[in-house]
Amino acid sequence: MAKIYTKKTVVTKSMKPKKETISFLLNYSKALSFIKVGSMNIETVAN
Amino acid sequence: MANVETPDALLVKKYVAGDESALATLINRHQSKIYGFIFSKIADRDLTDDIFQDTFIKVIKTLKSNSYNEEGKFLPWVMRIAHNLVIDHFRRNKKMPMFRETEEFSIFSIMTDHSQTIENKMISDQVEKDLKKLIEELPEDQKEVLVMRIYQDLSFKEISELTGVSINTALGRMRYALMNLRKVIEKHQIILTN
Repeated sequence: MAKIYTKKTVVTKSMKPKKETISFLLNYSKALSFIKVGSMNIETVAN
Repeated sequence: MANVETPDALLVKKYVAGDESALATLINRHQSKIYGFIFSKIADRDLTDDIFQDTFIKVIKTLKSNSYNEEGKFLPWVMRIAHNLVIDHFRRNKKMPMFRETEEFSIFSIMTDHSQTIENKMISDQVEKDLKKLIEELPEDQKEVLVMRIYQDLSFKEISELTGVSINTALGRMRYALMNLRKVIEKHQIILTN
């Protein structure tokens, strides 16, 4: 019999991040933009 | 359901071109796998959420700055970012480990109470009393400077102003006060340690 050296972690397929996390990411994405100045990429986040 | 069939690479292209809904589709499609992967390493919901968020912040920044060049391999790329952030998390925790109370492990086994025991407290009280008695035996001018410096925490400048002597005189009196104290302690073999 093979030995099991690892403990089973409860990971269900339905595990999802919080709604707030997703919402933050989508809003962050909308607010973020990059402006190219010469060879530089300047990051701006609209409030 | 059209979104489900749209390949990742196309969604990435759309997103880079400004279609914000493409990102929502990508997150929606892969969130369980990425979240589950992070949770399997971290085993803490809140931390998993933090790392998931950081992962996608990196994804968003890379895509928006046009630095992404792994077309067709979106999920493995995101997983690699998540994996690196998990490693970073463990590296940080190694420096500042977080302990959780479990049945086998109690936080109190590594925490100690540094406050004094009653016995030690009694000894230090006694030492303080003895020292005060010794100070009382010093000549008045030396005692005055020593008390101001040690017990009232005044600077030598302040002491010189208050006593009307120069700073050098105050320093000299302090020096003699300490020398005399040592002499008395040695002479009577008084132990003042705790």
